[in-house]
Amino acid sequence: MRTFLSNCAARLALALLVSLGAATLVHAQGRRGPGGPPPPAEAAAPVDFTGYWRSVVQDEDWVYRMVTPRPGDYAGVPLKPAGMQVMDAWDPAKDTAAGEQCKSYGAPAIMRVPEHLHITWQDDQTLKMETDAGEQTRLFHFVPSMADEHGPRTWQGYSVAQWQLQSQGGRFFGGGKPAWAALKVTTTDLKAGYLRKNGVPYSENARLVEYFDLVQIPPENDGQWWMVLTSVVTDPVYLFTPFVTDDNFQKLSSAEGWEPSACSAMW
Amino acid sequence: MASNQSRFRAAHGAARPMIVRTMTLAVALTLCSAALSVRAQVVTAQEAADLSGSWDSPATNDVLERDEGPFTDDFVGMPLNAAGRALAASYSADMLAEPERVCQLYDQWHYSNSVFNLRIWPVTGGPTGTIQAWKLQPTEDNGGMTIWMDGRSPPSQYADHLRGAFTTGHWKGDMLIAVTTGMKRAPARDNGAFHSDESIMTSTFIPHDDMLTIVYVLHDPVYMTAPYVYSRTYVRSVTRPIATQYPPCIVNFEGTSEGTVPFFPPGKNPLMTQMMEFFHVPEYASAGGADTMYPEFRDRLKAQYLKLYPTFPKKCTQYCTNFRFQQAVGNLPQPVEGPAAKPGRRGAKSGS
Repeated sequence: MRTFLSNCAARLALALLVSLGAATLVHAQGRRGPGGPPPPAEAAAPVDFTGYWRSVVQDEDWVYRMVTPRPGDYAGVPLKPAGMQVMDAWDPAKDTAAGEQCKSYGAPAIMRVPEHLHITWQDDQTLKMETDAGEQTRLFHFVPSMADEHGPRTWQGYSVAQWQLQSQGGRFFGGGKPAWAALKVTTTDLKAGYLRKNGVPYSENARLVEYFDLVQIPPENDGQWWMVLTSVVTDPVYLFTPFVTDDNFQKLSSAEGWEPSACSAMW
Repeated sequence: MASNQSRFRAAHGAARPMIVRTMTLAVALTLCSAALSVRAQVVTAQEAADLSGSWDSPATNDVLERDEGPFTDDFVGMPLNAAGRALAASYSADMLAEPERVCQLYDQWHYSNSVFNLRIWPVTGGPTGTIQAWKLQPTEDNGGMTIWMDGRSPPSQYADHLRGAFTTGHWKGDMLIAVTTGMKRAPARDNGAFHSDESIMTSTFIPHDDMLTIVYVLHDPVYMTAPYVYSRTYVRSVTRPIATQYPPCIVNFEGTSEGTVPFFPPGKNPLMTQMMEFFHVPEYASAGGADTMYPEFRDRLKAQYLKLYPTFPKKCTQYCTNFRFQQAVGNLPQPVEGPAAKPGRRGAKSGS
C-alpha cells in the first residue's frame, strides 16, 4: 500500500512539475528575451494619451490657478521658512528682466497652469507633451539615455516614463495582453522655479512623480475621455512634506482653442 | 501477511500497471488542473487592487474647502445653470438648524467636496469568500458608502431616495468604477450650491503605489449644464488607523422657529462679495457657470484682474496658509492685520 501511495505521489509531483513548467513557458512568451531590444513603448500599452487636451479647473484651487495668487499666499503648500523668504522676494518685473519669466512654467507647475496640451509620439520610445501656455515641451523617455540624463538643468528637467500595466482587477505580470495601463513619469534635473505664479518656490533639488490615468466620463463606452493626473513634488530645500495635487484634463477632438502664448511672469 | 495490493498484483499480473498508470495519470491531471485553477483564483485575489486601509487626505490641495468650508459666494468652476445659481445665492447656513435639514449635507457627493480621511474595507461572503462590496467610511458623521460588487440591481426608480443612495461597482484594470443613483437633493458644495435628486454620481478609484486618487463626477440635469468633476488624492496612512464607524448625524432641535425656512431673497445675500474681498475675483467669475472652468476664461479675467493687482496688499493678510509650525492646521484666517474678517465664512444671519 505504501509503495502504491509513494508511486502515486511521485507521479503526481512529476505531472505538477510538467504542468507548471508548461505554464511558465507560456507565461514567458509574452516577454522579450534577454539582450533583445526593448519593445516599442508606443505599442506596449492598451491606452492612448495622444491628442489635444484642455485643463478643466473645477476644484477649490481655482484662485491659485486661474488668476495670479495674491502676494504671499501659499495656502496648501507646505513651505519651509527658507521658501517663504524666496516667496517674499518675488518680483515679476525682475524675473522678466532676467529672462526668467518661465519660472512658473517648470514641470512641477506646468500641469496646473490652465492650458491646452498636445501629446504625440516623438519616436516609439518618447512621448512628447506640448503646452500652449508658455509654449513648453516635455519629453517622457521610456528608454532613458545616460547622455541626456545628466545634461543641463532645464524648466522641464529630464523625465523617465514607464507604463504601469494592469490586468483586469489587478497588476499585470506578462502573458497575453494587459487590460489597461497608467503612465508613471519621474522628473529630475530641474531648474529652480515657482510652484505658483506668485513666487512660491521649488528648488533644483525638487523631484516630481506623476501618474497619468485615462477615465471615461460617464463610464459607458460613449463617454468622453478625461486624463487624471496625480502629482507629487518633493523638495528637501523648500518643502517639509510632499506637495500632492490632482488635476483633470478633457480630451478634445481637434486643435480648436490651441493658442500658444509666451511665458509671462505676471499672468 | 500479503497485503490486498500484493494479492491484486498476483491475480492480475502485467495488466495491472497499465490500468493503475492510466488511472493515476488521470487523477494527477485532474488534481493538477484543480491545483492550477486554485492558483489562478489565489493570484487574482492577491493581485487585485487592494483599496482597503486607512487613507489620509493631505492638506495640499483644495485647501479652501477644508475646515470652515468654501467661501459663501465661491462657485468658481461649477457648471451651474441659472436655477442652480439662484438657489445657491439664496442659501443660508441657518437652514441647517432646521430639524428637517440638519443632516442634509451628508449625502454621497459629500465625499468628494469635503476633506475627510477615509477607511475602506471589503465585505466578503458566499462559499468562496468573494468580495461582495466595498465599504467607505469618512471621518465624519455620515453613514458611509457601500459599493456593491455582486451584480445586484438598483432599486426601482420610484423607490424613496435615501442619503445612503445606491452604489454598484466594477473594475477596469485596477480602477474601481462606482455608480451611485437614488441620491437625495443636497448641497453639492457646503456653501449651498445644490445638486438635484436626479443626479448620478460616478466615482473612479485609482490606486498608485501608496496613493489613491478618487475622481468624482456628478451629472445633474436640473442645476448643472456640464458634468461637475472633482478629484481628490489620499495617501495611505500607516500610523493612524481610521475607525470603521462614526456617530450618525442626529436630528435635533436647534431653536429654529417652526414654519420658517431661513433663506436670502434675490439680491439680499450680504455674503456674495467675499471672493472679491479676499481674492479679487469678480462676481461674474465667482457666480460660476461652465465657462469658468476652462482656460479660455482667463482671457476674460486678465485685464480687470491685472489692473487691480497693484492695489493688493504687498503681503497676504488673511487665509494665506493652512500650515503652522510645519503642521497642517486647517485654513488659517490669521494674521489679522489688514481688513477685518467677516464674522465667519457662513456666519451672516438671514431673513426668514
